[in-house]
Amino acid sequence: MGANETGPIGQSVRRREDQRFLTGAGQYTDDVTMAREAYVYFLRSPHAHAKISGIDREEARTAPGVLAIYTGDDLVGVNGLPCGWLITGTDGKPMNEPPHPVLAKGKVRHVGDPVAMIVAESLHQAKDAAELIVVDYEILPAVVNGVDALKPGAPQIHDEAPGNRCYTWALGDKGAVDAAFAKAHHVSKVDIVNNRLVPNAIEPRAAVASYSRADESYTLYVTSQNPHVERLLMTAFVLGLPETKVRVIAPDVGGGFGSKIYLYAEETAMVWASKHVNRPLRWAAERSESFISDAHGRDHVTHAEMAVDKDGKFLALRVTTTANVGAYLSTFASCIPTILYATLLAGQYATPAIHCEVTAVFTNTVPVDAYRGAGRPEATYVVERVVHQVGVDLGLAQDEVRRRNFIRTFPYATPVALTYDIGNYDATLDEAMRLADVAGFPARRAEAAKRGKLRGLGYSSYIEACGLAPSNIAGALGARAGLYEAGQVRVNPTGGVTVFTGSHSHGQGHETTFAQIVAGRLGIDIGSVEVVHGDTGRIPFGMGTYGSRSLAVGGTAIVKALDKIVAKGKKIAAHLLEAAETDIEFADGKFTVAGTDRSKAFGEVALAAYVPHNYPLDKLEPGLDETAFYDPTNFTYPAGTHICEVEIDPETGQTSVVAFSACDDFGNVINPMIVEGQVHGGLAQGIGQALLEHCVYDRQSGQLLSGSLMDYALPRADDLPTFKVGTKVTPCTHNPLGAKGCGEAGAIGAPPALINAVLDALAAVGVKDIQMPASPHRVWQAIQAAKSGATVAA
Amino acid sequence: MYSFDIRKADSVAAAAALIAQTGGRALAGGQSLIAAMKLRLAQPGTLVDLAGLTELQGIRRDGNALVIGAMTRHAEVAAAADVKAAIPALAALAEGIGDRQVRNMGTLGGSLANNDPAACYPAGVLGLGATVHTNRRTIAADDFFKGLYETALGDGELITQVSFPVPTKAAYVKFAQPASRFALVGVFVAQTGGGVRVAVTGAGPSVFRAKALEDALARTFTADAAKAVRIPATGLNSDLHGSAEYRAHLIPVLAARAVAALA
Ligand SMILES: Cc1cc2nc3c(=O)[nH]c(=O)nc-3n(C[C@H](O)[C@H](O)[C@H](O)COP(=O)(O)OP(=O)(O)OC[C@H]3O[C@@H](n4cnc5c(N)ncnc54)[C@H](O)[C@@H]3O)c2cc1C
Repeated sequence: MGANETGPIGQSVRRREDQRFLTGAGQYTDDVTMAREAYVYFLRSPHAHAKISGIDREEARTAPGVLAIYTGDDLVGVNGLPCGWLITGTDGKPMNEPPHPVLAKGKVRHVGDPVAMIVAESLHQAKDAAELIVVDYEILPAVVNGVDALKPGAPQIHDEAPGNRCYTWALGDKGAVDAAFAKAHHVSKVDIVNNRLVPNAIEPRAAVASYSRADESYTLYVTSQNPHVERLLMTAFVLGLPETKVRVIAPDVGGGFGSKIYLYAEETAMVWASKHVNRPLRWAAERSESFISDAHGRDHVTHAEMAVDKDGKFLALRVTTTANVGAYLSTFASCIPTILYATLLAGQYATPAIHCEVTAVFTNTVPVDAYRGAGRPEATYVVERVVHQVGVDLGLAQDEVRRRNFIRTFPYATPVALTYDIGNYDATLDEAMRLADVAGFPARRAEAAKRGKLRGLGYSSYIEACGLAPSNIAGALGARAGLYEAGQVRVNPTGGVTVFTGSHSHGQGHETTFAQIVAGRLGIDIGSVEVVHGDTGRIPFGMGTYGSRSLAVGGTAIVKALDKIVAKGKKIAAHLLEAAETDIEFADGKFTVAGTDRSKAFGEVALAAYVPHNYPLDKLEPGLDETAFYDPTNFTYPAGTHICEVEIDPETGQTSVVAFSACDDFGNVINPMIVEGQVHGGLAQGIGQALLEHCVYDRQSGQLLSGSLMDYALPRADDLPTFKVGTKVTPCTHNPLGAKGCGEAGAIGAPPALINAVLDALAAVGVKDIQMPASPHRVWQAIQAAKSGATVAA
Repeated sequence: MYSFDIRKADSVAAAAALIAQTGGRALAGGQSLIAAMKLRLAQPGTLVDLAGLTELQGIRRDGNALVIGAMTRHAEVAAAADVKAAIPALAALAEGIGDRQVRNMGTLGGSLANNDPAACYPAGVLGLGATVHTNRRTIAADDFFKGLYETALGDGELITQVSFPVPTKAAYVKFAQPASRFALVGVFVAQTGGGVRVAVTGAGPSVFRAKALEDALARTFTADAAKAVRIPATGLNSDLHGSAEYRAHLIPVLAARAVAALA
């Protein structure tokens, strides 16, 4: 243990997991090996939309090494993949929920839809056999764009969803909004497209599934952010197996960003087949397979209008969104453009009336689900783009238009169903402006102009709701699961502590942060704390990691378990010290009789619990092992201001992010270095969305045009400036850590900051609008269109 | 990837014979070929590995020409003192290809034989008016690049070396496609004994010379002269990353930047 491993809460303790990650010793799903393994390959649809009139696998079945080939019709007794959230539409009816077969049945609905599963002795043989399968496709017209799919005469994707509509849902007081618009001094409007993204975790999805005839049980190693949820959905909804017979292990996972929350077809089919083949089965996606099978993100088309008075005070916000959910409903697809989107449309502002209507629509594309930020980036993008427009329309400085509308009294009930517990938006705005040297911007702009370049500054004052979620509220809104978290603290006889958490770390550094909490709270060395996660066989229960919930919810569950440990320790110490329990104080790893120097170290109490020779056995069980479930009472509300500075080369349309400053309020911070790392990663993804990333389908054929990293531009280090980051703290009022969550803030705050900066820069040449990503081609086109006086193409 | 055999030969002649005999394909750096094989887009039964053939290696000055072996890696060209001294634009071009791994494996010969429409070397070879030497003949750059992924190379014909006449001055400006970072458009401008040559990659189905720019720059070798040229969009590539019009616009802009860099 190094010297840096002693400081607990609030210290930048180095990530303990990095030793194994950086030396190649991480144990990922694809590192798991078993005797007698066989390989799985999925034959996928090359068409966006087609009827399957026949599948001939005779030749493939007898190809060398082939053990089995399954198609949709073979999966007898296997249900479709479920959606975990029921949305009720404005018509009072439940959303249209068409079946989502594990392997296609009769029809394929997107390029990449799995059609057959080939099991062979080697991957090579499985792929060779796949080429021998003859699928008879009757190609149907395809539709990939959400707005197109709602038009009369659009190709019908599911019989169960007439007009391709999943639901139309609304939130807010429409009457109040209409009334406010009627008396508005001015209305600012934006039409925006929130571009579809492909997650691209560095570790592709993978699974190893095995079956034991000895006890009729299954073990699944899988790249999951939430192994218990995976098991619950797979056993209860799809395979009809008892949970006790399925163990799901998510070992080291190389990034998820949401894409590994969901129950996917591949691992489900593999668990089922592992019994039929009676061999352990292995699969890992290739990158090109990830592009057409991992759930995508975003893909909204939105019209938003803000009504303001003559002083620039927001009177009402009206938002209409079409959300493309893809070909099937992925696990949480339905709640992302509704519950996690419309509820955030107040932003940091005291807008008195807000109404939002969302239509979710099926298309012939990969299903869309939560992706880093999940609904909240989309909401923030709407709010911050329209707020920017208000500033432009009224000639108000961008900080001023925000300040005139900030919420300053807490708790604050928004008109879109949330209650913000605390925040200080002036503080984060002021600090972001200081970091960004806003005062020096005019000089920098003038200097750039001398070089023929356009400089712009863009603001984004975002808010997000993290710490998912109060289960009763979620349930009332349609959640089909609870959203608490579980933590177990097992003190071992010699004082070492094992922490079992239902949160799952796939890059977030929980093994360090959670150990800091335990070491800090128990006053013990961090080196004696071990954090265990990601295994239904070891963890009491867990809802997993997404929505920046791990510290606020998972961390709090651990704190609750620690409280129980300390409470029991006090009883034991009282006995050992022959004092009243109420006189025992616990601090710095010692149980002390108040006002005396008589004490017992934590380790002595632990030993007494396991070697109970001198112990109140009549009143107290031996052992020191406590479990807690924590269900939050509210969401947490991280917020902050991000300021982006861009320089545009008007000749080529190239946008360079020359500076990016972010001041965030994440509540109390356990490990500042890890938090800063999370911010950096989030900003990279947010800048990626705004500047580079674009998932494009061909509007006629439905083929994915950006189907590889040769065409899908991920941000690279040299696309990014050195970030200037700062924090301000208003501790969360309703969890004992005072923590809010930091994992998604960058991805939420960055896109509007960047696009607002681009618009600020391009205002000089008459450009009024641009869509993400602000690629050189798009920026150049916008400049050309402004020059010729034409309206700018989306 | 399909199954394949991999063979080695101890001379270019033996390699060519092996290719002819097996119907196989030459393997250079593998940066294009192996990727295509992994995607099962290419299915050679036999690969004949050219690595280790000393005849294909090395960089040397030969009178007023720089001669570079086909198997010379991009990183070697980028770092070679001879290249930096004689044709710094070529060293810079090589330095700007792909990433470190790609540059350590990818070769001059492989890049030319592949003739990717967005590759950089074809612009250097055509812009400098180089001569491609094969195991059978010599081919002038103007005759080498035939179309999309097409060259003058016959079946089993191997590039052995390329001879680049040293220009008075030359510069290459690449505008990277945001995802692949190949050239969305790349323009190589050279003042040579035979006049001004301007080669454009990324914009069309194959590298081509921009006559209008060459003429304009022959009259006045200034950035403004380049910028004043209008290139028609007809026949240029149009894709996710840029329309034909955008590419047409970028050609004179990048040519002007190349000229400005030489001022
Ligand atoms: C991530 C990435 C980024 C890249 N970025 C760029 C870039 O920015 N600019 C750029 O120009 N290129 C780029 N490349 C391509 C790179 O330059 C490759 O090196 C080049 O395309 C092929 O060269 P190679 O030596 O790898 O050839 P190989 O892949 O081994 O072979 C390619 C083809 O050439 C044939 N061949 C090879 N050598 C000979 C020979 N001597 N005679 C006849 N035929 C031969 C082979 O049979 C094969 O058909 C990139 C590649 C990658 C993977």
